[in-house]
Amino acid sequence: MKQGTARTLRAFAIELGIYALLVTGYFFLVLHLLGGWLYGLEVHHRYTYAGIAILLIIGQAVVLESVTTLLLRLIRGRSE
Amino acid sequence: MFFPISGAHISPIYLIIVGFLVGILGGFFGVGGSFIAGPALRLVGLDWNFAVGTDLAHIVGKSVVAAKRHRALGNVDLRLGLIMAIGTIAGAEAGAQLIQMLKRAGNVNLIVSIVAIVVYLSISAFMLWESQKTLRSQKRRSSKEKVKGAIAKRDKSAFGPTTRAIQRVKIWPMIALPTSGVKAISLWMILLVAFVGGVFGGFLGGGAGYIRMPSMVYVLGIPTHLAVGTDLFEIIISASYGTLTHAIKGNVDILIALVMHTGAAIGAQIGAISTQYFAGPKIRLAFVPLPLIGAAIVIYTLFTGHKL
Repeated sequence: MKQGTARTLRAFAIELGIYALLVTGYFFLVLHLLGGWLYGLEVHHRYTYAGIAILLIIGQAVVLESVTTLLLRLIRGRSE
Repeated sequence: MFFPISGAHISPIYLIIVGFLVGILGGFFGVGGSFIAGPALRLVGLDWNFAVGTDLAHIVGKSVVAAKRHRALGNVDLRLGLIMAIGTIAGAEAGAQLIQMLKRAGNVNLIVSIVAIVVYLSISAFMLWESQKTLRSQKRRSSKEKVKGAIAKRDKSAFGPTTRAIQRVKIWPMIALPTSGVKAISLWMILLVAFVGGVFGGFLGGGAGYIRMPSMVYVLGIPTHLAVGTDLFEIIISASYGTLTHAIKGNVDILIALVMHTGAAIGAQIGAISTQYFAGPKIRLAFVPLPLIGAAIVIYTLFTGHKL
């Protein structure tokens, strides 16, 4: 394996590790803090739940896109 | 892990891996990937209605990530995407009505299955023929233009003469798509392509990216890279609409979608960046197995009676 490839793969593994830690923390935040509230909304206020669901998934997408862009930039270094 | 909305117990690692794989496919090919994510959710015991709705919600998030990345790479035609979203939503409603009509007639499963198999196999066969023919002719012509880094987005297609003939159809209003390099094309042609994609989406389920992306390339003459990025942008709008309607009907477990999306976010970025290292015909050739997977799932369902 070329030295450059090995370095990239190592960096990628490190960044994935950091990402995994962030995601694990995020799970506890979302699932434990929002889980019960979202369940209540889904049962009693379906229209509000639908709107919140869209906002949540788009919001998460924007945040994670920024995080992954940052991480991938670190992985790819100069090529970005 | 317990998800209270759908009442399902699913490993978050499994969801992240599925999201990651579907994310790579979505970022690279511009498809939603519902033909994989839907059965993957069913496999762990999620009810069919929740699998469909939750998958749509996750597709919204994944498409935001992939489309943003494609936009940074100059692969999104916003004007085309917005026009197509209108046609797709109208088509999806028409497709859903068609399903209702067939349900009343009592033979919905057989008809939908046969149509799906024919459509999937035709797309695969056509794209295999076209991309191989294009690659062969490119190889013969010259080896001067080597694929390296940011490659030329104006890719050749063996179907080019037919595409140009379609672009010459003058039905008012004609519009220009400068980002895609299309000088003039009938607005109705764009709406028709989007509508047909939407009908198939509503009729067969999923986002129908496997029909829309090739249609954009072969019918509208959009370069493959832009077709991928624009299709993803269009999916954000149409899948958001689908997610809203499914959520109102109680078919979306947003917690599952959020967990899946954590894997999809990184997969979609990797897929989107990877498109820069492949020429259009090679992306189209690599696309060939995707509709075949869809066809295999439908054939399995038809013969066993179990919906994957």
